[in-house]
Amino acid sequence: MSSMWEYANPKRFMQLSGTVLPWVSGLAALCLIVGLYWGFFLTPDDFRQGSTVKIIYLHVPSALMAINAWIMMLVTSLVWLIRRHHVSALAARAAAPVGATFTVIALATGAIWGQPMWGTWWVWDPRLTSFLILFLFYLGYIALWEAVEDPDTAADLTSVLCLVGSVFALMSRYAVLFWNQGLHQGATLSLDKEENISDVFYFPLLVSIAGFVLLFVALVLLRTRTEIRARRLRALIARERMA
Amino acid sequence: MMPDLGKYATEVLSAYVVSLALIVVLVLISWRQSQVVRARLREVERRRDPDG
Repeated sequence: MSSMWEYANPKRFMQLSGTVLPWVSGLAALCLIVGLYWGFFLTPDDFRQGSTVKIIYLHVPSALMAINAWIMMLVTSLVWLIRRHHVSALAARAAAPVGATFTVIALATGAIWGQPMWGTWWVWDPRLTSFLILFLFYLGYIALWEAVEDPDTAADLTSVLCLVGSVFALMSRYAVLFWNQGLHQGATLSLDKEENISDVFYFPLLVSIAGFVLLFVALVLLRTRTEIRARRLRALIARERMA
Repeated sequence: MMPDLGKYATEVLSAYVVSLALIVVLVLISWRQSQVVRARLREVERRRDPDG
């Protein structure tokens, strides 16, 4: 059986991702279309929230992936720091703009939903505030990659930044439990049937979440492939200049 | 057919428009970058090995 570390080899990674990418992209498109269509057109209004309940099919999956993208970056950053595999550092770099976009979607849809339901676009609630800080960490992370010329040094520095930012990624997930205050409600999904949302909202939400997860995987694969090619391009151009 | 969104139609529709627009822009930028880098790499590799 082959070791997972074989895929840290750029050539092996390109082979595998080239095969997998079209399937993941197709599945992502299918799940997103089905999940969002089902949620938007085929589900009833909530008795308290009215039609704004339809925003959960965007808000919950994007918020979930905003945090999970950072956790994925944390894992790949640790792999870079410990094992010095370039593909893992490039995968973390590739994931950052995707995670940042999901964070913006979560913040925007949350604000749009909050206005009619809470009577305000924004409050300095623990979960919302830690989510905003997570977004600023995303921006800082992307800027740091751009600012440092040497790619290995950039990977080192951004990995350390990623470790620090993980505190806010975790905080934005568990802030509701840490501080029993603020407007944001607890988790939408629960294993407890009593606490979980009604099945009529739950199943389209699951399909929508699957769509966002697959979209994230597809975009990270695509962008990591671009980063690997860009790295090779820089190396070849540098070699040409030296010759 | 469009569902009746009642008094929250603006909020629901704007949430969908903003989110889908951001997703489409992200996909297009990622795809475009991928194509540009791929073409440039191919060009440099061809220059290095014109017969290959």
